[in-house]
Amino acid sequence: MKRAGLFARTRVSRLPQAWRRPLAIVGTVVALAWIVVALAAPVLAPHDPLAQELPRLAPPGPGHWLGTDQLGRDILSRIMYGARVSIPLTLLLVVLSVLIGGLLGACAGYFGRWVDETIMRLADLVFAFPTVILAMVVAAALGASLGNAVLAVLVVAWPAYARVTRGLVLGVREREFVLSGRLLGFSAWRSLRVDVLPNVTGPVLVLATLDIGTALLLLSGLSFLGLGAKPPSPEWGAMVAAGVDVFDSWWVATFPGLAILTVVLAFNFLGDTLRDALDPRTARAIKERAL
Amino acid sequence: MSPTSAPSSRRTRNRALRSPLARFLVRRIVTALLLAVGITLVTFVLTNLVPGDPVSANLGQRALGDPAIVAQWRADHGLDRPLPQQYLMHLEGLLHGDLGTSQQSHRPVLDDLAESVPATLELAGAAILVSLILGVGFGVIAALRRDRLSDHVLRVLSLIGISVPTFWLALVAFYVFFFRLQVTPGSGRIDPGMTPPPQVTGLYTVDALLSGRWDVFSSAVGHLAAPALVLALYTIGLLTRFTRSAVLEVLGQDYVRAARAKGLPGRVVLFRYVLRPALVPVITVAGLAFGSLLSGTVLVEAVFAWPGVGQYAYKSATTLDLPAIMGVGLVVGVVYLVINLVVDVLYGVIDPRVRVS
Repeated sequence: MKRAGLFARTRVSRLPQAWRRPLAIVGTVVALAWIVVALAAPVLAPHDPLAQELPRLAPPGPGHWLGTDQLGRDILSRIMYGARVSIPLTLLLVVLSVLIGGLLGACAGYFGRWVDETIMRLADLVFAFPTVILAMVVAAALGASLGNAVLAVLVVAWPAYARVTRGLVLGVREREFVLSGRLLGFSAWRSLRVDVLPNVTGPVLVLATLDIGTALLLLSGLSFLGLGAKPPSPEWGAMVAAGVDVFDSWWVATFPGLAILTVVLAFNFLGDTLRDALDPRTARAIKERAL
Repeated sequence: MSPTSAPSSRRTRNRALRSPLARFLVRRIVTALLLAVGITLVTFVLTNLVPGDPVSANLGQRALGDPAIVAQWRADHGLDRPLPQQYLMHLEGLLHGDLGTSQQSHRPVLDDLAESVPATLELAGAAILVSLILGVGFGVIAALRRDRLSDHVLRVLSLIGISVPTFWLALVAFYVFFFRLQVTPGSGRIDPGMTPPPQVTGLYTVDALLSGRWDVFSSAVGHLAAPALVLALYTIGLLTRFTRSAVLEVLGQDYVRAARAKGLPGRVVLFRYVLRPALVPVITVAGLAFGSLLSGTVLVEAVFAWPGVGQYAYKSATTLDLPAIMGVGLVVGVVYLVINLVVDVLYGVIDPRVRVS
């Protein structure tokens, strides 16, 4: 009973210990705050994000705490509504990248031979381009819209998951419990689903959390270049781009950019924490320090 | 033919190929060539996905009304042939240095790119230099002072570095340092009114030094500083984080402990036993970092009006200039490929384990 208790304590305490560090707390609080803002924007926002009812280019002050843009729209309200555009699209993008890249990578690692060759050479081809350049070319080819920008980022994002998942699957594929499953006559799909995938999800999840920030940066970057969201959508990248034309009104670009920065930073803090918590070496170091 | 009757040159070649390093080099170069063909295929397929019609983008209203002129234009540009044939024509053109004609500037894309590539290489080169010096330096400091205040501060700073939207930082830097404080010169590569140095490399800083024009050199460095630092922030963060973990990994090795136990001075242990093995994988990350710098140039050049490939790419993407987009994708893809090849080869030469695997 005592041993079980000890065992239980080490298993349970590993995750919370990492999550009690300041970066983890800040990351969690900021990410949750943004999710609340996105959900409650209609209640929280003081103005309609599209209404052109305030004085144009008014600096931050009472009634419009973060100022107004060239069309007299309230920047604070637009940032709050912008969270409803940027955050869900980024999360969707990462989920789709994990699913597509993870599945392709798992197939490549598990089945090997021509499946592996085909998928990994495709991934190599995507890796042969710097990300923004390829995403920009794809977005331009598909036509400028937010949906196409998401597709463009998806095209450049899936190979990272394919590569990581393939590597992990290769490591697990030859383990005894997988081989014995196959010897018992289980199908390849069952073995992949039941024996292999649960063993690779941890590292892929860490990568996904770290990737949320990168995906948001890429998506807002495309919008900044005019290849994503179109006016009057309150998308953060497009809002920063609007600030380029009115340089002396610093608030127009500064606050939407800070919104992107805080979301990316929060998810990077979370990803960092998750990696520390799941990586046995760093987890041990954290525990030793805590004792 | 029996092995004994084989010509001596073949024997020498076979012997040369038996060395792991030679086989490693050949394999890497063949892979790079295949990828280069792949890059041409990707850019070709993508630009053929464009919903816009290149005919309407190139011909005027009156010409568009005449089916004979339209058919003639399509035939002249090979657009009436099947796609695989168009691709082969495109490849043939590439081998002759023909990247097509820009629909916006009405000049050969190769000429446009020849003008803008040096500007981007100068910017990206300065940024990678700053990143390597600061990123590796900060990473080593963070690892040596693990869990102390400086480590925590550097960790937060490097996380901020990789989280800042480059285009936003470029705007803020331009606003603060040029518009408000007026400590940096404005946009462009040199002060307006100044004549560029005689072209040797295309890099204004180097060309100004070669021609002894110190006024142009100081102007070029001044203009380069802000965009290069903005561009470098992400890679500084990346390299700091990577170097820190690489150094920490080596610090825990038995031979480092043995060197310390032997009583070797700290500096000798650090430079000879720790940094040499720890910095080898940094080469790979520096290669990747260069890719993100090339990406970042698109966003930074747009703000600083830096006349490089990034700005050209941005203009051509927004105006749907097909040959220009294809040219940018191709040239940047090939530049990145060459950098990765150099990094791979360098890594293989330095670390024998890589070429054996």
